[in-house]
This record gives sequence, C-alpha cells and structure tokens, in this order.
Amino acid sequence: MTLILDVFTIAAVTVGVFFFVIAALAFLRFPDGLTRLHALTKVDNVGLGLIVFGLLPQAGSVMGALKLICVWLLVQFSGAIVTQLIARSTRREGQEA
Amino acid sequence: MNEFLYLAATVVLAMVALGLFRILYGAGEADRLMSAQLIGSGGVAVLLLLSVTMASSAIVDVALLLALLAAFASVAFVSTAEELRASVSESEAGDDPDS
Amino acid sequence: MASVFDVTLVCLILAVGAWSTFARLTFSAIVIFIVYGLLLSLAWVRLAAVDVALTEAAIGSGVTGMLLLNAVARLRSTDAAPTPSRSSVNIAAGVFCTLITASLAGLVLVPPQVPVSLAPSVMESLGQSGLGNPVAGVLFVYRSLDTLLEKVVLVLALIAVWSLAPDGLWGGKPALRPFPQRDSVLIFLARTVPPIGIMVGIYMFWVGADEPGGAFQGGAVLAAMWILVMIAGLAAVPPTSSHALRLALIVGPVVFLAIGILGIFLTGTFLAYPEGYAKPLIIAIEATLTVSIGVTLAMHVVGPPEKEWRS
Repeated sequence: MTLILDVFTIAAVTVGVFFFVIAALAFLRFPDGLTRLHALTKVDNVGLGLIVFGLLPQAGSVMGALKLICVWLLVQFSGAIVTQLIARSTRREGQEA
Repeated sequence: MNEFLYLAATVVLAMVALGLFRILYGAGEADRLMSAQLIGSGGVAVLLLLSVTMASSAIVDVALLLALLAAFASVAFVSTAEELRASVSESEAGDDPDS
Repeated sequence: MASVFDVTLVCLILAVGAWSTFARLTFSAIVIFIVYGLLLSLAWVRLAAVDVALTEAAIGSGVTGMLLLNAVARLRSTDAAPTPSRSSVNIAAGVFCTLITASLAGLVLVPPQVPVSLAPSVMESLGQSGLGNPVAGVLFVYRSLDTLLEKVVLVLALIAVWSLAPDGLWGGKPALRPFPQRDSVLIFLARTVPPIGIMVGIYMFWVGADEPGGAFQGGAVLAAMWILVMIAGLAAVPPTSSHALRLALIVGPVVFLAIGILGIFLTGTFLAYPEGYAKPLIIAIEATLTVSIGVTLAMHVVGPPEKEWRS
C-alpha cells in the first residue's frame, strides 16, 4: 500500500514540477504580456495543484492534508484575482504606449 | 522518497529563478509583477515540499502566510505601477522613464 | 540531495541580493528585494527556525514591500535628477561596510572553542511556563523586558513618523494613496480575502504558544489586511487624533507593563508571573499585543497626517 502511495506521489509531483518548468520557459519565450500571463496561471492552478495532490498521502493526518488543500485553494483564489488586475494593467500600459 | 522531493524542490526553485530573468531584459512593469507572482507560487510549492521532507507541519503555516500575502503584495505593486505611469505621462514623455 | 537544494538556495540568495543592490530602476529594485525576502524565509525554514521564517514571510511580503513602494511613489518627483554623491563619502561608507562584514565573518568563521548555549536549560524549565514553543518561552519569560521594549519602540517609531507632519496638520488624516482606478476586481478581493486573513492572524497568535507563530506574525497579517481594505476604498483612514485608534496603539504595551508591575507586588520581581498563572497572563499579553502591533504597523505604512480633519 505504501508503495502504491509513493508511486502516486512521485508521479503527481513530477507532472506538477513539469508544469513549473514549461511555465518558466514560456514566461521567458512568449512574445507579449497577455500570453505570458496565460503561461503563469498554469503554475497556480495545475503546477501547484498537482504538487499538493501528490503530497496528500505524505501529509500524515487528515487535518494536515486539509491544510495543504486550503493553501492551494487560497493561492488559486487570490491568483485568479491578481491575474485579472495585472491583465488590466497590461492593457492600459499597451494603450498608452 | 525524501531525495525525490528535495530534487523536485530544487527544480522548482531553479525554474522560478529562471523566471526572474524576465525582469532583466525587455520587460514592462507588468512583467515584473508577473515575476513576483511566479516566485510567490514557486515559494509556496517549495515550502509544501519541505514541510514533508523536514516532517514539520509548521512549515505549512509559512506557506499559508505567503499565499495570503502574495495577493497583498501584488495589489501594492499594481497600484504603485499605475501611479508611476500616471505621473510619467503627466510630466510628459520628454524625460527618461528609466531614470 | 538536500545539500544540492541548500547550495542552489544560497547561490540564489547571493545573486538576488547583489542584483537588488545594483538594480537601476527603484521599482525593479523593490520587486527584487521582496523576492530576496522570500528566499530568506526559505533559508530560515532550512535552518529549522520556522518562527523567524514566519516573521520574514509576514513582514517581508506585507508591510515592508508596501512601505518601500510608498517611498518610491514619493521619491518620484525627485527621482529625475539624482544628485552625484561625493566620492569621499562613498569611500568612507565602503570602508565602514567592509569592517562590519569582516567582523561578522570573523565571528561566524572563528567560533569560540566551547559553544555557549542556554538552550538545554531553557528546554528543561519550559514546562513551568505552560508554553510548548521554546521561542515564545524565551520571549515572554526569560527576555520579557526586551520584548516589552521592542513593542514600545514600534510606537515610538510611529510618533516619529507622525511628527513629520507640519504643525497645523497634527492630529489630521493620513493621505493613503488609494488604488488609482476604482477596480471592481480589487473591491472583490478586498471583500473576500480579509476575513480569511483575520482568521489566519488570530490563528498565528493562538498557535504561537505551542508551535511557531506569535503576536508579531499575527499582527503583521492583520496590518496587511487592514491596508488592503483601505487601499480598495472600502474603509476610511482614521484621523490620527482618533481616541479609538490611539487606544488600539497602546493597549498591548500598557497591558504588558501593567502585568509586569503586578509582578512586583505578587512575586517581588518586575515582569515575573505568579506561580501557575504564567500561561493565561502570557496569552492575555499576546492577544492585546497582536491588536496593537497590527494597528501600529498599518499606521506606519499609511504615513504621517497630510490632510486637515475636523469631526
């Protein structure tokens, strides 16, 4: 049973880290602000989400696991709002330039 | 298992550091905000990985604070960036915005 | 593998630290400095000093960033013409910094033969205070005078900030820069995140007795939440003459001092807690300190009074 959970953790965390890698590359390579923002949101949602998902079996207790999920939800929620703020700021920046 | 999680944390850290290079070349104000946002999320991920490898649930609290205050920092950044831009366009395009 | 992570982290901290010093644009320098603070809190976690990591995370990405950004916005008008500083001043500053760095390096690299540590005796008698967190134990039992003075310093610093106001405006209203565009998304954020933040702030203070956390971390979170609400324009900035505000600023240090003086009568020593009542008294001190620290830090960010205010 432990083996299965460990394999699950390794798989989910690997995919999560992979999203961090491609998001960082995309952030460097994409041509304009809005597309870079698009790359960035994948980190909050999928990248961090998969890492949290993979760490759940290792959290030790149900409360510990719930706390991990809460942290992820908080990042998701504030990330979504902040992304909109940055997007609007980018658009105004573009209009003035 | 711990070895693997430390490796994951190292890769995440290296990647968000890579994202910082965006500040160095050809970036607008919004890109600096995005770099900060990226490193905030990366920091949360690294802390959560460390909380398992170092077997300390208190580290999750650090991640919680970071997640909560990252939004606050971004609002402060956007607010100041907009204000600076407004003051630049007021004082006309003549002077160098980089100075 | 853990050492690979540590080496990566240390290299990053050095690189980002140097970068924030050499950055040309003030705005970039501040963004990089906040990233630097975040990396430092990772380093504190690796050093198993989670209390310090919490403080760095709370103050570094909250109040400090906002203070520096305020400074940038104010410096904007003078930023265009940087005055060249004299080379003699530069050389003196360089020599001074080198001396400090060299003596710090000396202390770190050449430790005394037998390291002096009081940690074992603290852990031995920690049980008597009823606290589970050794850091809270040291702060409120062994070094309570230091802790008290630290909180008083925060209030003194605020008085210094307020006295930057011209005479006529003393007691007036600080002019917090509101968000330039009234943004519905920001208002949504300022309505939804503060309830969570207030809960986290109270949790930080409460958990501080047994786990890493405490009044300062909790207060820093509360301060950030209050500022968020004020920037979004949902709450007015209180005038500095407000009695409620001034009461909130001093209630923590006053309760701390009162309990300290009570100790003289009950136990014969200033700041000593009567047998068996240590934990409830410390919790009472921490609860009021959390409020005072939160309000004080927020007022630091809001700045000196700039508008006249009549009730």
